[in-house]
Amino acid sequence: MRRALLISVPYFWLLVLFLVPFAMVFKISLSDSVLAIPPYAPTMKEGIWALLTQLDFENFTFLTTDDLYWKAYLSSVRIAAISTVLTLAVGYPVAYAMARAPEEWRATLMMLVILPFWTSFLIRVYAWIGILSTEGFLNQFLFGIGLISEPLTILNTPTAVYIGIVYTYVPFMILPIYAALERLDGSLIEAAEDLGCSRLQAFWLVTIPLSKNGIIAGCFLVFIPALGEFVIPSLLGGSSTLMIGKVLFEEFFSNRDWPVASAVAVILLLILIVPIILFQRNEQKQAEADQ
Amino acid sequence: MAETVFAPWDDPNETPLITFQNVTKRFGDFVAIDDLTLDIFEREFFALLGPSGCGKTTMMRMLAGFENPTEGAISLAGKDIAGVPPNKRAVNMMFQSYALFPHLTVWDNIAFGLKRDNLSKDAVATRVEEMLKLTRLQKFARRKPHQISGGQRQRVALARSLAKAPKLLLLDEPLGALDKKLRQDTQFELMDIQEKTGTTFVIVTHDQEEAMTVASRVAVMDEGRIIQVATPERIYEGPNSVYVADFIGDVNILSGTAKPFGREMYQVDWGGGTLATAASAKPFSDGQSCHLAIRPEKISITADRPEADNAVQGKVLDIAYLGNLSTYYVELPTGQTIKAQTANTRRISRRTFTWEDPVWVSWTATAGVLLDS
Amino acid sequence: MNRLSPFNVVSLTLGFAFLYLPMLILVIYSFNKSKLVTVWAGFSTKWYGELLQNEAFLDAAWVTLKVAVVSSTFATILGTMAAYTLVRGGRFFGRTLFSGMIYAPLVMPEVITGLSLLLLFIGIGMDRGVVTIVLAHTTFSMCFVSVVVSSRLMSFDRSLEEAALDLGATPFTAFRLITLPIIAPAVVAGWLLAFTLSLDDLVIAQFVSGPAATTLPMKIWSSVRLGVSPEINALSSILIALVSIGVITASLASKRHSLRIKREELAAARTT
Repeated sequence: MRRALLISVPYFWLLVLFLVPFAMVFKISLSDSVLAIPPYAPTMKEGIWALLTQLDFENFTFLTTDDLYWKAYLSSVRIAAISTVLTLAVGYPVAYAMARAPEEWRATLMMLVILPFWTSFLIRVYAWIGILSTEGFLNQFLFGIGLISEPLTILNTPTAVYIGIVYTYVPFMILPIYAALERLDGSLIEAAEDLGCSRLQAFWLVTIPLSKNGIIAGCFLVFIPALGEFVIPSLLGGSSTLMIGKVLFEEFFSNRDWPVASAVAVILLLILIVPIILFQRNEQKQAEADQ
Repeated sequence: MAETVFAPWDDPNETPLITFQNVTKRFGDFVAIDDLTLDIFEREFFALLGPSGCGKTTMMRMLAGFENPTEGAISLAGKDIAGVPPNKRAVNMMFQSYALFPHLTVWDNIAFGLKRDNLSKDAVATRVEEMLKLTRLQKFARRKPHQISGGQRQRVALARSLAKAPKLLLLDEPLGALDKKLRQDTQFELMDIQEKTGTTFVIVTHDQEEAMTVASRVAVMDEGRIIQVATPERIYEGPNSVYVADFIGDVNILSGTAKPFGREMYQVDWGGGTLATAASAKPFSDGQSCHLAIRPEKISITADRPEADNAVQGKVLDIAYLGNLSTYYVELPTGQTIKAQTANTRRISRRTFTWEDPVWVSWTATAGVLLDS
Repeated sequence: MNRLSPFNVVSLTLGFAFLYLPMLILVIYSFNKSKLVTVWAGFSTKWYGELLQNEAFLDAAWVTLKVAVVSSTFATILGTMAAYTLVRGGRFFGRTLFSGMIYAPLVMPEVITGLSLLLLFIGIGMDRGVVTIVLAHTTFSMCFVSVVVSSRLMSFDRSLEEAALDLGATPFTAFRLITLPIIAPAVVAGWLLAFTLSLDDLVIAQFVSGPAATTLPMKIWSSVRLGVSPEINALSSILIALVSIGVITASLASKRHSLRIKREELAAARTT
């Protein structure tokens, strides 16, 4: 009996607060927008039959007709993909150096990578406003060393969004790659050199393939949340950067069009399902390989 | 003409393949190799034997190119190899962990080194097939390292390191990960392959039985120095120090003082009641402290006092039955213990002696080796 | 022997400079006298003083703390239960659905979680405020707790529990006396994680809170949308300091703990 209780409490909690809300998002995405509270029709009060017959795909058709949404989805995917590649380029050398560091340093380095993760996300993004703005620290610095004569416009451009995403998500890239590289047996590299590889060849032929799972995991851990990101494009991207998380937020709060916002959410979810499934499969494969 | 015995080290006209000339290697304050000089000849199966931390792995890593000597020179085929990176040396290594690339198949592992030499595809394939055949791995060519057994992995590692036909093959504890039965079979396979390919092998091991079985010569090392280099027989029968005698096989050490007693004969006062008579070509002065090392199988155990150069009485303290052999631990009235070994040549014979039986242990004057340190 | 090559030293230096410089600049400029955030005009702590007199910020901080403590505690209890059922529960009806519901929130964009919960609260006519934020935070952070705890449970030697049962303990006693003390570090880590997630959350709170409840991130959000302000720099510095002290203390404590265990094992090995 205790077992039943143990299972059912978290189970029902998630059913009520996770699954049911999702069902509602689906349902409302198929409803019509009305000027009422709540601002959609039909509602449950009118009975199941009325509910089912009045649902339609109008909102989804609307999303295809207005090219704002298409552009937002495409732009989100592009920004997330570019940021992921940049994060990999920044994170891999750090993870590699950490794995090569003397053993007594590694715990400290680990902590230094994780520490920013515990500090507020919002503050970390905010810190970049002062750096990237026209009269910000970066421009002051570049001006000071004489590299530029005109201030660079970085804030409120996609570049600022890339920087923000790389900065906030790089620990997610470093940790899985570090885990893979740390497990890498050093004698494999020596064996490759012994068999005639130069350092670079050994890195390319042995280190990279053997840290592949870490790289894949890191890329998904960055790409998936970056795709639905809202705070970074809002603070750093300005009005010129289109990302779907921001569109959803605005649709909901500014336009109060709940059915369209729900439809946007449903499609975002559909886009995310592919990378999520791929990620799960990669994790599973690695778990099996470990056994 | 009778077949000549393979012993290039006794031939002054032979030039060694590898020479260590006063090599010292330090890691910070730690001296891993201490002023070491050694020659290894072509086609030798040379064993570096010693406890962990004696410097044997460092010597091997210097040969492979992963470490460079702090002082002194190492030459391979007459050329100084200091500073030549591992990928430019005609030396290959079989790693203790095998270091098989887990993401590549057996075939690709063996082909890995060949591909680095920019050989044609066909040449690589031919050589890989040859190596697979040599190590009897044809059936497993398409498998990944985790899909084959430990013994098969060991053979892949061997095939991979032999594929480039190196002048010198280094084997770092090659059989350490195998169980005893498999290890014995593999030892003979290794010797066979060494003979077939004519490659010079240098093996590092801490297992004295393994070194004795496979090697043409054994170097016994301790704390960065070589204590003795000789053939397995010479090492066993004529150790040059107590350390070597004790490290290789089982031994009784009787310590005392020597007293000359005729030509190349000495009497040793070892506190065992009687003086022990021992032959030694090495001179000892009167009263010089010495150690008499005698292998247990050279000591006889009898119920009655035998006619022998040396005989002492004691009682059986313990018996270790090993199947083919039995070792008797005989306690002397002075409190010392002597080990005597007898072969169990007959099946289920009644044991002649049991615990607490009074017995005589005896040995001849030439049974032991007289050592000064 | 294990020396870092120059390339690795450069990677580490640049990598950590990138991670820490922005925060360092933020902290330094929180002591700037000038109202203009990017121009240094001398040392001053006046922004800290002003921050401490700003009722709205203090209220928001208080709401955030309450929400974080309550929601992370609930999340830890529920998450531990969920982890235990997933790892030890065997088969039960809807197990796949259950594990799906545990893992899905980890990768769900916050905008979707927030939107869906808001629709639920409106649908059932619930007043939005502190309670709805607590419910929302509990739901998504229990999934993180459950992942942390279940990885610990999976690596734990099942025979310890079986030994307790063999010695006459009931399953519940075995859990209380054997399992719980062993997984305790993971439970604590889970609580801390849930606590930080709750402190940190902006998007979900933005959706599910009402006019009655404003959390600190919401307050920060509404003021940073207007640009950089020295008061926010001061607030950020305080938060960064608190987190750093917490994380460094925790990691030192765990290091000392593992050192002590190593030393005791060495001592024990020597005596036998």
